[in-house]
Amino acid sequence: MTQGGAPAEGQPGDRTDQRTELVLGALSAAVLLLIAFMIVFVFTKAWPSFSHNGLAWFGGGGNVDEQLTNIFNSPADPDEYVYTLHAWPLLYSTALITGGAVLIGTGLSLLSAMFIVEFAPPWLAKVLQPVVRLLAAVPSVIYGLIALLVLVPFVGNDVISGAEKESVQYVIQLDGTGLIVGVTVLTVMIAPIMIAIVTDALRSVPRGWTEGAAALGVNRFRALRTVSLRAARPAIVAAAVLATARALGEAIMLSMVSGSHAFAPNPLDGVTFFFEPALTFAAAIVDHADELSVKPSGQTIYAFAAILLISSAFLSFAGWVARRSMRKYTLAAR
Amino acid sequence: MDTVKPPPPVRRIQIEAEPTVVQAPPSGNGHAPLATGMAPRLKQLPRPATTPLERMRTEGLSIAYGAKLAVNEVSLTVRQGEVLALIGPSGCGKTTLLRSLNRLVELTPAATRGGRILLDGEDVDGYDVTWLRRRVGMLFQQPNPFPMSIFDNVAYGLRERGSKKPSKKQLEPAVSEALHRAGLFEEVKDNLDHPALALSGGQQQRLCIARSLAVRPEVLLLDEPCSALDPISTQTIEETIVALRSEIAIVIVTHNLQQAQRVADHVAFMYLGDLVEYGEAEQVFRSPVAERTREYVSGGFG
Amino acid sequence: MSAHAGARAAPGLWGRIRGNESWSVGDRVGVGLAWAAGLLLCAIAASIVLYMLFRGLQFLSFSDIFSHPLPGLGESGGGFLDPILGTVVVAVLGTLIAGPLGVSIAVWLTEYARPAWLARAVESGVEIVAGTPSIVLAIFGLIVFQESFFSFLSPTGEGATPLGRSFFIAGAMMSLIALPLVVGATREALHSIPRHVREASYALGKDRASTIRRVLLPASRRGIGTGVTLGMGRIIGDTAIVFILLGATLRFEPNGSLPGWDLLTGNGSTLTTYVFNNSPAGEGGQPEKAYAAAFVLLAIVLALNFAVDLITRGKGKSWTR
Repeated sequence: MTQGGAPAEGQPGDRTDQRTELVLGALSAAVLLLIAFMIVFVFTKAWPSFSHNGLAWFGGGGNVDEQLTNIFNSPADPDEYVYTLHAWPLLYSTALITGGAVLIGTGLSLLSAMFIVEFAPPWLAKVLQPVVRLLAAVPSVIYGLIALLVLVPFVGNDVISGAEKESVQYVIQLDGTGLIVGVTVLTVMIAPIMIAIVTDALRSVPRGWTEGAAALGVNRFRALRTVSLRAARPAIVAAAVLATARALGEAIMLSMVSGSHAFAPNPLDGVTFFFEPALTFAAAIVDHADELSVKPSGQTIYAFAAILLISSAFLSFAGWVARRSMRKYTLAAR
Repeated sequence: MDTVKPPPPVRRIQIEAEPTVVQAPPSGNGHAPLATGMAPRLKQLPRPATTPLERMRTEGLSIAYGAKLAVNEVSLTVRQGEVLALIGPSGCGKTTLLRSLNRLVELTPAATRGGRILLDGEDVDGYDVTWLRRRVGMLFQQPNPFPMSIFDNVAYGLRERGSKKPSKKQLEPAVSEALHRAGLFEEVKDNLDHPALALSGGQQQRLCIARSLAVRPEVLLLDEPCSALDPISTQTIEETIVALRSEIAIVIVTHNLQQAQRVADHVAFMYLGDLVEYGEAEQVFRSPVAERTREYVSGGFG
Repeated sequence: MSAHAGARAAPGLWGRIRGNESWSVGDRVGVGLAWAAGLLLCAIAASIVLYMLFRGLQFLSFSDIFSHPLPGLGESGGGFLDPILGTVVVAVLGTLIAGPLGVSIAVWLTEYARPAWLARAVESGVEIVAGTPSIVLAIFGLIVFQESFFSFLSPTGEGATPLGRSFFIAGAMMSLIALPLVVGATREALHSIPRHVREASYALGKDRASTIRRVLLPASRRGIGTGVTLGMGRIIGDTAIVFILLGATLRFEPNGSLPGWDLLTGNGSTLTTYVFNNSPAGEGGQPEKAYAAAFVLLAIVLALNFAVDLITRGKGKSWTR
């Protein structure tokens, strides 16, 4: 959207103006090209892994850790590169951890936002604003550090019982890193962003609606839930999309804390399900980063990156669609 | 074009001509101009023979925003069967007084209140505030329908009540009754599921009336409800107000003296937070007691 | 009409509910949950800050900030001066690239934006970068800079293939992280300048370029400052890019002998990788060092955030009297 009008053609400043426009436009186009290249390059490098496996890439079967080791140990002859990978455990873990964190995080954030906007004593609400921003700024490696040195030993030694460890000891080691710690810390990481966006949205609900609801004799919580939250729905969707993107992309913290085995946690294991390790695509890239030097390994890792890119694109699209369908009842409808 | 065209001829203003203004008839009989210029009252139902029932009363009500006193020791009565108009220039406490009657003034953080407000003889502070607001409804200056369908708007007060949610079937008669009373039913009866924000300004305000009426309040507070509307919508709403008069006690704040003359039965004139005069509409407009009232009503200031 | 009926009549649609019964069970549960969530939030924030404070002060000694790390992992002793400098180098580099580039793109999008399809594409592109995980950006950096075309930018490994890892490369990819933040903040600042300011400048005969340079950019200083500081904060806190694109040495390892350039094309570490490597997830296994470095890192990031607060809170020029 451009602002204002340009001076008429033919005036002395016109050529500087044209030059400036050209330079700035060229810079912007260059960045665009760079981004396009990034996408193309990643997919080009990733293609062999997909083409050698076909749809079985997404399927299950076999131990992913073993498969990755085999790929790394491929013979040097390009014709004999090993590509076999059935990445279902990674897919499943990513969905589980990301989905879990976003679901719990959205609920927690909505409730916290309602608390800050309506029920908190004024001094507390004022303190919480910068606190939330502070939490959003903490680097992920610090979250990982605290989790690794405090939560993981606690879970590994005090929460998981010896019997539980024994029950799966032939398949994997339960040492505290795993699903529940990963989801918990990830939730804490993405919540502040959502809380900030939702409190802003709740605060900017027009006073006419909040006063109108109050004047009808509806109690504070009901008015908040049925009018303010409803009016803030587009913002909530935007916040959730943002949080999901952050959760998908979180590599370092999860690689520290969610267990380094590409294992698909099995809900039928009962309580042990929560302690089993899980590896997301992003964390897998970090864990196997030193294998990038070997060609087929590198291509497999680029395949992980390609999946992440597709997911981000899909996410943005889904968020856009959701927000468009909500326009009907907002003030912008007129 | 070789030659320059001559400029157009200059028109001269006729200073000596007769002014085309209609002369007012000579007013030598000493009647105050008020009498001739007063707005006609709306056709209305005959007043009940018995004295109207007192619904709300304020006793020495004072409201301050921080250090600034907005309403100063005001005592007046709101009765069912009549319309009370609060008139006065801007910023004189009328809206503040109105908003204190349903305790909406508490939503402003810096507001403090002294004195008593009684609803049917009981102190309003003793009630749960949501219960009070169901009995004392309010309409705002800017129409504020919720971002929902027309049906959901009117049914809102009935649905969000704490107990089990009534079904749509149960709500339909209540909703259509409220829409009838607000004079909107005919226009929207086929479009109840359309978004409320698509209605025109006047329709939105009538929708808000329907929304307030749906919970069957006993008192209705109107804060300059027609100031944002065109004359036709204004007329419709004024007729609705007068029609509701016998069932509900109505308090209306208005800037528009003619509107007050059209609809009010009792008038309270407020100036800078003080209640200057309070009495029957005929008396306040034709022969006001206080000098300040006389000046305001004749257009001297405000 | 609707007379004041007996208080306890069975409430139909209009029955009066007196007292606290206007709050249903669901409402009360909701309020309780809201309180619980809010208090949980306070507890988590307090515990993170207090714990880091406690551990950091426990293990941090002033000399650590100024001494070099021992070259081998797993040896006790040594400070983390190199990682701190590494963080500074990467942050400065990233901001130096993202700042002007971001402002240029924002100005082009706000003031010119012709042709329209290109403007939309650029907007989408910036959004894509904003949504891309930093680990993917890191890998992308490897793809690009491991091409022999860029061999001057990093140490060369065996077989003359560029290593693809150096401070310069890391800084360049970091700029992509900061870029969307700078673009967004600058666009917002430019949008908030009312039309009449631009029109006044054009009416005085100034063309668009000098209007931008003399009027609009100075007026957007605060927004740009906010964007750049936010971007810097995110760069400093990022680990993934440094992890992939900066090798695994703890100290600086210059590449070649050109002063300055040898540093930029060399390898080293930053505070983030230092913390990662010394944590149980890395190979160091020295949590004391990790805590100390994490404390310093957190302090820097919080200081930057505080600076952003100061910038935005300061009384801005108002455009209307």
